[in-house]
Amino acid sequence: MITIKDLYVQLPDFSLEGVTLSLKKGEFFALIGPTGAGKTLLLETIAGLLPAKKGQIWIKGEEVTTLPPEKRGISIVYQDYALFPHLTTKYNIEYGLSFHKKRGEDVKKYFNWLIERLSLAHLLNRYPDTLSGGEKQRVALARAMIIKPSLLLLDEPLSALDQNFREEIQQMLKSINEETKVPFLMVTHDLAEVLSLAKSVGVINKGKLEQIGEIKEIFYSPRTPFVAKFVGMKNIFFARFKKNRALINGLTIQLPREMQESEGFLAIRPEDIIISRKVIKSSARNNFQGSVKEIINQGFLFEIHIGVGEAEFKALITPNALVELELKRDTNVSIAFKSTAIHIF
Amino acid sequence: MRQKKDWFMGFTLVCGFLILGFILLPLIKMVVSTNITSLKHAISEKEVRASIWLSIYVSTSASIISFLIGTPFAYFMARKQFIGKRLVESIIDLPIVIPHTVVGIALLSVVGKNFLVGKILYQLGIRMIGSVPGIITVLTFVGMPFYINTVKERFEDIPPRLEKVSRSLGASSTATFLRITFPLAWRSVIAGMIMCWARAISEFGAVIIIAYHPMIAPVLIYERFEAFGLNYSRPVAVWLIIICLTMFILLRLLTIPKKGKR
Repeated sequence: MITIKDLYVQLPDFSLEGVTLSLKKGEFFALIGPTGAGKTLLLETIAGLLPAKKGQIWIKGEEVTTLPPEKRGISIVYQDYALFPHLTTKYNIEYGLSFHKKRGEDVKKYFNWLIERLSLAHLLNRYPDTLSGGEKQRVALARAMIIKPSLLLLDEPLSALDQNFREEIQQMLKSINEETKVPFLMVTHDLAEVLSLAKSVGVINKGKLEQIGEIKEIFYSPRTPFVAKFVGMKNIFFARFKKNRALINGLTIQLPREMQESEGFLAIRPEDIIISRKVIKSSARNNFQGSVKEIINQGFLFEIHIGVGEAEFKALITPNALVELELKRDTNVSIAFKSTAIHIF
Repeated sequence: MRQKKDWFMGFTLVCGFLILGFILLPLIKMVVSTNITSLKHAISEKEVRASIWLSIYVSTSASIISFLIGTPFAYFMARKQFIGKRLVESIIDLPIVIPHTVVGIALLSVVGKNFLVGKILYQLGIRMIGSVPGIITVLTFVGMPFYINTVKERFEDIPPRLEKVSRSLGASSTATFLRITFPLAWRSVIAGMIMCWARAISEFGAVIIIAYHPMIAPVLIYERFEAFGLNYSRPVAVWLIIICLTMFILLRLLTIPKKGKR
């Protein structure tokens, strides 16, 4: 339904190169990438607020690449909400209606439905200055949805919110997406947002899409070192492959399958690495002896850095496990991981 | 124990009083030296009333012209980045730094019959020298920068994102300007017009070169002072001050934003 083909954008200090992606009806697509990867730029180009240098944007079988923003029917919700400060909540939400010649019972019904879904009834006569972050976000969402856009663009919709508002807005986004069948394209730098909202995801870095796919695919089989690192694969090594073995920093690793003789990268998720004090004899064929280099408190979990020869592995354990294993700096430990937990790219 | 006196802070305070006195003393002295009778008498004179009305009329005209052509340009300057922007900004400020009589002479050489612009205006039947349109032209020249700078600053403060959202919701760029940008800037628009107006009503040097007659209030004050002396010119000056102060207070009131609403 929405197709973006080989889109190029050129700004004095930044560029987007060859972005291609498509969204089906009702799809929730997330674009994830670090700050400064060009995510907002891409959204503004899709909305027609920035000119594309090359490429095409199609909506419902119609090319809109050269249309001005007001003719595209694409709504955008910004991270800072961008509510009109001189208008009340009600007039903010209704703003788009006068340009779409939409009146009558249907519009009224839809307006009331949005108000109810986003719990805005008690805020209709308030000015944006007097609203909380979560309330502003809901108003911005209603304002964007009132014109029944063919695509809704969300620019880091949750990152400016308190944790307790976040879940609430997440639920609202999800239900509105499902019930209106409007495709949502969200950009974010937060992996948790992607996991809880989207079905498909694209990873963007330095103006380029590195990988697109279903969440599972990106999460479990990243194709580039950047994607791997971004989705939380902390153990990434340069490797030399030969048959069913790989050589990293002097260690020989058992691979899940035979490889052609080549060079590449090998990655293991930190939660797939098992730490123990004794030598592990298990189905996990990759066992190594090492010592604890560092213990980092991450709140719910601890990240343990283990030096094995010249290589360093990162593993995640619970605070309980940390106590049970009596881990300290320089404690000798064994680590193990299954060959199926190894990702090669 | 008492803290040791801070001599520097004391000094800054003394400077403050000096400046306030410097500004207020002449004004207060002038007002109190003028009695009500002479004020009443002055305003009853047809010549005085005509000059004050003319002053208000030409200054207001200059403000309105600045509003009409200055607003779009101020918006352009606030939103666009281009090579030579600094230069354009300096050009806008030029009328502020040029001596007033020089402004008059400069304009005279353009609107004179020896120059193309002057010739065209003459053909159209518009006389610039010694006429109301001439005075309005001069006042627009000196007042415009104050309007443009005030409004441009406000436009710069309005987040472009508001306009982007408006466009994405279906509003053209004109509709966006009229429904979002302008309503958010109106307070500064009024403030800018009053600044321009205040600058215009105080102009003297440039006006007398283009048009000694018809007489605006500052020219009348000058003429009466030259011909009859201080006592005769003072009541007119006080009237002019009253009008200027009223406008100034209005400006201050308008630029204080109300709470909860911008």
